[in-house]
Amino acid sequence: MKQPSRNVARFVNWVEGEEVFPVPEEAERNQKPRKKKAPVKAKPASPEKEKRIFALVYDGISVVVCLTVILTLLVTVSWLPRFGGQDNPAENEVYIRYLEGELEEAGAINAVAGMILDYRAFDTLGESNVLFIAVCSVIILLRADRNRKTGALNIPELENRRALQPDDSIFRGSAALLVPIGILFGIYVILNGHLSAGGGFSGGAIIGASLILYANACGPEKFERAFTFRTYQWISFFALMTYTLLKTYSFYTGANHLESHIPLGTPGAILSSGLILPLNICVGLVVACTMYAFYSLFSKGGFGNGQ
Amino acid sequence: MGSNLFFNYFEATAVIVFGIGFTILFLDRNLIKKVIGFNFMDSAIFLFLASNGYISGRVSPIFEDGVTAAEHYINPVPAGLVLTGIVVSVSVTAFLLALVVRLYLRYHTLEMDEIVALSRKEADE
Amino acid sequence: MNFGVVFLLTFLIVCAASVAMTKNLLAAVLIQMGYSTIMSVIWLVLESPDLAITEAAVGAGVTGILFFVTLRRIGLIGGKGGRKK
Repeated sequence: MKQPSRNVARFVNWVEGEEVFPVPEEAERNQKPRKKKAPVKAKPASPEKEKRIFALVYDGISVVVCLTVILTLLVTVSWLPRFGGQDNPAENEVYIRYLEGELEEAGAINAVAGMILDYRAFDTLGESNVLFIAVCSVIILLRADRNRKTGALNIPELENRRALQPDDSIFRGSAALLVPIGILFGIYVILNGHLSAGGGFSGGAIIGASLILYANACGPEKFERAFTFRTYQWISFFALMTYTLLKTYSFYTGANHLESHIPLGTPGAILSSGLILPLNICVGLVVACTMYAFYSLFSKGGFGNGQ
Repeated sequence: MGSNLFFNYFEATAVIVFGIGFTILFLDRNLIKKVIGFNFMDSAIFLFLASNGYISGRVSPIFEDGVTAAEHYINPVPAGLVLTGIVVSVSVTAFLLALVVRLYLRYHTLEMDEIVALSRKEADE
Repeated sequence: MNFGVVFLLTFLIVCAASVAMTKNLLAAVLIQMGYSTIMSVIWLVLESPDLAITEAAVGAGVTGILFFVTLRRIGLIGGKGGRKK
């Protein structure tokens, strides 16, 4: 257990910029666990000097590569059409069709929400699945094992986790003030996604950040009892499944020229624009759960007591 | 050299930040800074895309007062693409950071050179 | 050419370049969060409020938290005695 702490001290030095290139002997001493000798080769005269020259060459190459990439791209940019022009090739007939048909076909005041959740909804579904898959791979990489006998989590580098819990009344007070406002604001952003700027992605991220703040300030114990791995699984599953079924219905009826029985409502009311509101709620749930899951996997190597 | 370099200052900034992020990603030796460079490349590409959708003198595509003529609003397609891209970039960042944590737990260092040297030594044994 | 916008864009370039220069990882993460905040103002200038609100919540909030938790997990910040050792 001494080895990591020594390495940590060396690391802190290195972060402070005091020790840029560790001396080779010390580096070798620090790697004690694998102390088998490397096959001795012809040693260079002074490895330190060689390393310094190598670092200089490396920095020089960095600057040259950076300037080459930037200059090449800048020449390309100078041939692009002017910024903000009406006749640029990006401004083609597609967006005019979207903007003119939006209010009758999707019923959303916010054209961006109408576009990503109505015209291009399967794109957004794939994107929610990307979030789910990212959480799965982070679980594979970082989930901590359980000790067979004691049942405790087996994370050697987190032994002093208790000492890290902040015992700060200012932090706690401001968190108690901010967390409800943050969660309420996130819910507002999600529910008004079709009326104003916002939507499932931004609202879900706001709620996730508020949950992280709560878990950090007030201690994760209470929260973990409610939010276990099983909860995460079920919320993600139901949100993605609801999204898929709703959108399958609307695409099926649309492709076969059947009548869709989903009323669009009057534009501007909160219960309007057909499927966009439930789809926004689904996306918001997935994003909020994903953000909290990232945090808890990184900080504790697991979700709650129930794992 | 074309003539529009000083009119396209959003795109010019985007490619400069892209170049710097590229350099950090490929030539810096610290893994955490590589991830930060990757984030810079991400947002530079988003800036480039979204600035292509802007049309000067128009407003954001949120219909007000029943005006639905396309001549009043900017192009919403790049904004929608970038909106999904921002959230995907977070999940990519989380994945990369998880890989960095695993590498640190195995080799007790964040320097690319040392990790390569140590893994070579392990392969020799 | 609006000089306020040019100032914001210059700030982006300066942020990226200073991350390339610095040796301190915590400072690099903090600079990246500042970069994201300026970026969200630029989204407002480009008339995309959806992007602005998402970037402010995701880029400046959650990404920064992920970097901090990673640094804490591998023992660079926080912990007993902290960085004074």
